[in-house]
Amino acid sequence: MGKKPIWGAALAAAGLMLAACGGGGGEETGGAPGGGGSAAATTVKIGVMGDLTGENSGIVIPLRNAAQLAFEEYNATNPTTKIEMVEYDSQGVPEQATALAQQAINTDKIVGLVGPAFSGESRQVGPIFEEAKIPSVSASATNPGLAENGWKYWHRIVGNDLTQGGAVADYMKRALSTKTTFVIHDNQEYSKGVADVVAKTLKDGGVTVQTDVIDPQGSDYASTVNKVKAAAPDAIFYGGYYAQAGRLLKQLRDGGVEAQFLSGDGSLDAGLAKGAGGDNADGAIVSCPCLIDPTGKAGPASKKLADAYKAKFNADTAIYSGEGYDAATAFIEAIKAGKTDAESINEYFKTIDVPGVTKQIKFAENGEPAASDVYVYLFKGDAYTLLGNAKEASKPS
Amino acid sequence: MLEGFLNQFWPATVDGLSLGAIYALVALGYTMVYGVLRLINFAHSEVFMVGTVAALFTLTTLGVSGQLGGLALIGMLLLIAVVAVVASVVTAVGLEYIAYRPLRKRGGSRLAALISAIGASLFLQQLFALIVIPRLFRLPQEGGRLPVQAPGWVRRSDVVTIGDFVVRNDKLLVLVAAVLMMVALDQFVNRTNLGRGIRATAQSPENAVLMGVNIDRIITATFAIGGAMAGVAGALYLMRFEETNYFVGFLLGIKAFTAAVLGGIGNLRGALVGGFVLGLIEMYGSALFGSEWQHVVAFVVLVLVLMFRPTGILGESLQQARA
Repeated sequence: MGKKPIWGAALAAAGLMLAACGGGGGEETGGAPGGGGSAAATTVKIGVMGDLTGENSGIVIPLRNAAQLAFEEYNATNPTTKIEMVEYDSQGVPEQATALAQQAINTDKIVGLVGPAFSGESRQVGPIFEEAKIPSVSASATNPGLAENGWKYWHRIVGNDLTQGGAVADYMKRALSTKTTFVIHDNQEYSKGVADVVAKTLKDGGVTVQTDVIDPQGSDYASTVNKVKAAAPDAIFYGGYYAQAGRLLKQLRDGGVEAQFLSGDGSLDAGLAKGAGGDNADGAIVSCPCLIDPTGKAGPASKKLADAYKAKFNADTAIYSGEGYDAATAFIEAIKAGKTDAESINEYFKTIDVPGVTKQIKFAENGEPAASDVYVYLFKGDAYTLLGNAKEASKPS
Repeated sequence: MLEGFLNQFWPATVDGLSLGAIYALVALGYTMVYGVLRLINFAHSEVFMVGTVAALFTLTTLGVSGQLGGLALIGMLLLIAVVAVVASVVTAVGLEYIAYRPLRKRGGSRLAALISAIGASLFLQQLFALIVIPRLFRLPQEGGRLPVQAPGWVRRSDVVTIGDFVVRNDKLLVLVAAVLMMVALDQFVNRTNLGRGIRATAQSPENAVLMGVNIDRIITATFAIGGAMAGVAGALYLMRFEETNYFVGFLLGIKAFTAAVLGGIGNLRGALVGGFVLGLIEMYGSALFGSEWQHVVAFVVLVLVLMFRPTGILGESLQQARA
């Protein structure tokens, strides 16, 4: 029974040891700026933290790739201050993220962080970066509570769950004319946040709402399936990540539940269709405060990123790649403006106002993006396509 | 709340029994090894995991596509079960030879064996995540930590429909297969020479040796039987859920171990009873209080049972579990 905690503790200990061992040697790499030649190129380190190899890495790798692309494009212009990207694979586990944060601060001496990717790890890591006075820009942590901590070094470039949940609930009512909805989540920070907003918005709109919670570690969701069958809803909203969403959707369809399935950005991955098996995911609608636009419909910047991304990674842009690119751009703009240490980069973020791929890169005082939209996507086969802005999109035929 | 429960009573019963059947099969592995060695074989959850992976590998190798129903489904299930049993038995016996026997021969304490079990469990999990799963299913390195899906190979249909009482073919198969395996095991332990040896060793290893029982052979057989049961459970799991991953045994292993304790650890029929009771409690608990209370309800019941019957529902000891 104690297996998992033991493993976690061992990892944390290993992380601390790494951080401790590296403490001495870190100076040479971190403090490279040459005292002599003024034109000598210097290098600053910017971290990227998130689940890069774990169960839900599918929604983090595209943003890592896009950030890498942005930094490489910038370095290719031969600037006086180059950027070195450092990866921190937290696997989305908060305990692991905190150990990595110490390593990033003490050993690697990063001046900024793209991430952490998920809300749960962001909550744990936020205070650590706040204390170390290192600015972060998350491209994908959407929990509303994160902006309410009074953190001065924390930012995100993506709309939060309140925005998303409200928008998708309005869409369900307006376009799908739902009368009874079943809302399910897996009790993780992000999942509960978005599901609660959807449930509340629908209830306030006069829709009958029933709820249930699943165990993300479990594999048998039969009890939830039974509840949904008994409730006979016309729509199901699931708050959570795609691995569990796929599993749940499969068991719902196997159990004979035909109701319209919807979910939030955590499920926006081909893994949803894979996990659901067969054509179970066909017709599923997934919302996202992110813009995924591999064909570059939305504009020239979107098109340019899609082409460059395709050329480098031989893959289409995917979830959060635009936002990852924008988060990296925020740091690049700061460094272009000559802000090469953590404190002055953070200062610069207060006034930054440049066009990004997905939105204007501009932060409100609490670190939220100044403006953002929610989009809905439709699954068919192994892929999903943009249905449109949740405000205007209609019911798919 | 109660109305919701009544609505879900029959589906919850069916699901509870089919979930409990898998718990019971895995619980047998814990209970048999405990009966003979007084050791909690924590790596048994990985024996189950190996079974699911072997079953999945068989399916993908055969290139099964298109959904099977009826006899074809049963035939395919038998086939993947045989492969899963072989893989699980090899793993279980390998564990005994590598992780436990050397310790026993050097007079290691039970605590040492327990640590060895936990180590073996982590080793197997990570070995599968890093090497075996990516190689077997030709996935990129990081794919080893992700769930691996089987092609949709089961055509699910309702075989019994009496009002609310609906039984789907895969759930029925799980239940029937598990009960058959357990009856077979019960007969084996009670009727054969090897079974008698197992019971004798469980009762008193010293006396069993004096009576000419080859203890090492008995222990190997015990691990093999537990492994076989876990292999069957793995194949059934793959039919029911059509996916697996390197971590699949963790939660299920805990539940199966709980079922073994609930029924009376060391007691074969106890594992059966414990598995079904635990499965039903979980499903009824979820229906009554919501699925998030599933584990809470299950473990509260476990604590209550142990307060009044410290040795579990049917009581401890393998040797007394007989007709």
